[in-house]
Amino acid sequence: MSLFRREGEECVASLSLEEVRVLRKVASEVVGLLTEGFDHDDPVVLRLFPSVYPTDPVEAAEFRRFTEGDLKTGKIDQAGAVLAALPPEDEADPAGTEIRLDSESAEAWLRAINDVRLAMGVRLDVNEETDLDEELDAELNRDLSSARSFQLSVYAYLGYLQESLLDAIMR
Amino acid sequence: MTTPQILPVERPETADEPASARPWVTIVHDDPVNLMTYVVFVFQKLFGFSRETAETLMMDVHTKGRAVVSSGARERMEYDAARLHTYGLWATVDKQ
Repeated sequence: MSLFRREGEECVASLSLEEVRVLRKVASEVVGLLTEGFDHDDPVVLRLFPSVYPTDPVEAAEFRRFTEGDLKTGKIDQAGAVLAALPPEDEADPAGTEIRLDSESAEAWLRAINDVRLAMGVRLDVNEETDLDEELDAELNRDLSSARSFQLSVYAYLGYLQESLLDAIMR
Repeated sequence: MTTPQILPVERPETADEPASARPWVTIVHDDPVNLMTYVVFVFQKLFGFSRETAETLMMDVHTKGRAVVSSGARERMEYDAARLHTYGLWATVDKQ
């Protein structure tokens, strides 16, 4: 599992081919969710675009009308920053890819990884009682090749990756 | 709510204003996904809080379920909430 480190002004990580694949996949899924797949009734969309006035639907809709476009564009751009920094899958070096992020890109990655984790958290039904390690172990024991095993592994990995990136940014 | 211990002390420029001058608040709610360190980072970045203040607020969100992170004019609170949404924090606006 690769993590970010700080080198001078840059945040650097050496990603395996599998990590490049996973990051491309989740960032593309967020872009898809925010573009052709955009649906206000999707719980993921509700989490990424929370109602600012939960008890006042009229005011909430008014706020949404003025802010949602910018918020959406920002989220698409930050997922795009992840995709832009990664090599295309078929050109990725099987021996590993070094990613170097300047401070602006590092911030975009930080927010994009957070969006992905929020989306996955909703889909995986992560809640206050969730013990991720426990759940992941149980699911891996149950069925190593299940979709849930894969998603929980990715979710856990993104948590470590985000933490390391945050640490590198603040260093 | 836990506002009084934070806002007037940490933001002395608003401490002497009557409550009616800052009638709206931005509230951040707890969620099970955002990393605690990330929430502290966002609070410092967006509001210029000291690390200590940001950590206190984060712990309030974590243990009490919510915390007021700013107060003032309604438009300003909506602006703060929108910025928090950019970072994926769950923020709402309410009357003081």
